[in-house]
Amino acid sequence: MKIHEYQAKEIFAAAGIPVPRGEAVCNVAEAVAVAESYGRPVMIKAQVHVGGRGKAGGVQYAENVEAVRVWAQKILGMEIKGLRVNKVLITEAADIVSETYVGIIIDRATKAPVIMVSAAGGVDIEEVAARTPEKIHKLAVDPSVGLKMYQARDLAFRLYRDIKQVRQAADIIMKLYEVYWKVDASLAEINPMITTPDSKVVAIDAKINIDDNGLFRQKEIAALRDLDAEDPAEVDAREGDLSFVNLSGNIGCIVNGAGLAMATMDLVKHYGGDPANFLDIGGSSNPQKVLTAMRIILRNPNVRAILINIFGGITRCDDVATGIVMAYEELGPEVPIVVRLTGTNEAQAIKILKKVNLESAETLDSVVKKAIELADQDSASAGRIT
Amino acid sequence: MSILIDKRTRVIVQGITGRDGSFHARQMKDYGTEVVGGVTPGKGGTKVHGIPVFNSMTEAIEKTRANTSVIYVPPAFAVDAIYEAADAGVSLIVCITEGVPANEMLKVYDYLKKKGVRLIGPNSPGLISTEKSKVGIMPGSVVRKGPVGVVSRSGTLTYEAIWALTCAGIGQTTCLGIGGDQIIGTSFIDILEMFEADKATKAVVMIGEIGGTDEEEAAKFIKRKMTKPVVGFIAGRMAPPGKRMGHAGAIISGGSGTAADKIKALNSAGIPVAASPTEIPELIRGKLAKRKAVAPKKTRVSSRAKATGKTASKTGPKAKVKKSTSRKKR
Repeated sequence: MKIHEYQAKEIFAAAGIPVPRGEAVCNVAEAVAVAESYGRPVMIKAQVHVGGRGKAGGVQYAENVEAVRVWAQKILGMEIKGLRVNKVLITEAADIVSETYVGIIIDRATKAPVIMVSAAGGVDIEEVAARTPEKIHKLAVDPSVGLKMYQARDLAFRLYRDIKQVRQAADIIMKLYEVYWKVDASLAEINPMITTPDSKVVAIDAKINIDDNGLFRQKEIAALRDLDAEDPAEVDAREGDLSFVNLSGNIGCIVNGAGLAMATMDLVKHYGGDPANFLDIGGSSNPQKVLTAMRIILRNPNVRAILINIFGGITRCDDVATGIVMAYEELGPEVPIVVRLTGTNEAQAIKILKKVNLESAETLDSVVKKAIELADQDSASAGRIT
Repeated sequence: MSILIDKRTRVIVQGITGRDGSFHARQMKDYGTEVVGGVTPGKGGTKVHGIPVFNSMTEAIEKTRANTSVIYVPPAFAVDAIYEAADAGVSLIVCITEGVPANEMLKVYDYLKKKGVRLIGPNSPGLISTEKSKVGIMPGSVVRKGPVGVVSRSGTLTYEAIWALTCAGIGQTTCLGIGGDQIIGTSFIDILEMFEADKATKAVVMIGEIGGTDEEEAAKFIKRKMTKPVVGFIAGRMAPPGKRMGHAGAIISGGSGTAADKIKALNSAGIPVAASPTEIPELIRGKLAKRKAVAPKKTRVSSRAKATGKTASKTGPKAKVKKSTSRKKR
């Protein structure tokens, strides 16, 4: 799960990491009021869940209240990579002497949280990493022992010469590591971390991604989710315990298991079709999930055929079949549906499907080809003037 | 032969009284697995499908001499269940549970490594050694005995690939899912090493997916260390590049991890990659035929094979494998 910069900064501040004063607002009047109360130049920063906000014009400097009015007007409501900006963060502008980078990420290769620092922080950090990897310093932390002060200090020495700044940075790195564990993060990042003319080290940006698997024990963090900043179909899917990604094609896909879902979509593409979505109904199936899945897919006006591919293991085919029958009865789908159910309780499932005159296809390839054929037919007839 | 589990595998089901645990305890038993007990705290003394239930793993091991545990408990309790199994003294833990916090798994991984306990998963479908034992949730109906080892990061996609092999008349030694999570106990390389050492396995199917660099690492390993042919499949060729993890994600992976990167890495290690799961059998057949043709003399005699006086090449894929007399301990 992603959270906004202003939320991440609140978490940082609570942990004792220095961040500039700031407040998130939803309209121009509030933006102006916050800037007035600060009485000094501010930054206006779009709060959206995509990278590259600055390059898209979503981060601006405002010298005075008039400028705040103008920029808040412009940024609120603008679209960045397809996402509408509903909130901006008004935060005190800092005088920047230097910019560094600090990030902590879970690393599957070393099986450790890895801390990365670079003296070359800022918006071009990925280029720095690609062109001059020697400028990125990494430390894999022993997860059972935790981060030790000397390690944080060693990393800080890679960033600063002034021992006072080194100490501040080491303290920030220690606290960032604490935050990382405390909130079940998969990523905690400060880019840039800056020094000011009076030699203070400050986090002027903050990014935290939360491991979805940790949310069951992170009730406060889970409550930070900003539903307005996400695709509504994806929000519904998550509430129905499905994983779903909207795509641009016309074949709605319902599959169990992420790997098989991807392989099924790959095959749709391989045979010349175009998937409308990724949808994984997950492990333990219950018929309700299939109903929710059908409802979400049928809402997409581009869908011309629905392809259901289930290979039963922990998912039982009869549960899925029951869900399909429920969907037929409750939703009355007008697009053709092709099904392949195989594995656990397959025989019972085939019996259940007979109620709605559906047959289960023999193979993955055949069901994919059938879906493409039906989607094409349907598109052809839809385009015809009668 | 097979890897990790066989007729000597004695299984305890952690979470046996739950919906999934009880259903799959029965499925495992029906397949022929020695399911010797189950654990649900507070349900000790009862039975599920005739299988005795205990209050703790320690008690279960004492009473049953089990050596393996399979975990079906909900995510909030799964980590504790893994530690409990390890401390009770099993040598193999298979964690089916999906949704275990990744950071917690970092500590678990570390602990199990120090203890020398092998963990498959979490978020794994488990494994089957054909006609010997099944631990987990893979449907036993899709596998057949034969010469191919199957290892995968996926669950249902694995069944699809196995089913394609079975339909083409190509059986398997052991089929296993290492788990779809970021942090898992056993990697592709660990399993490839075991298949390389397993006499009955003549070829391996490796099924990967986008994300991470495990497939790339495996490709290097196969090129350097493996004599047995490997065929690959990678899911996610058309996946949108959405899930970026800030700058750090791009920095740590060095920009790799896409399906195209993985296919390239595999191909350059001489591993063919199937476009559809249904293409896997053809590729395997080709590799098996080639291997026979170029290796008319004894295929590399492993030290263990020498000790038992057998060579791997004597048992063709179709020939009934003689009862192995070797008493290898896992």
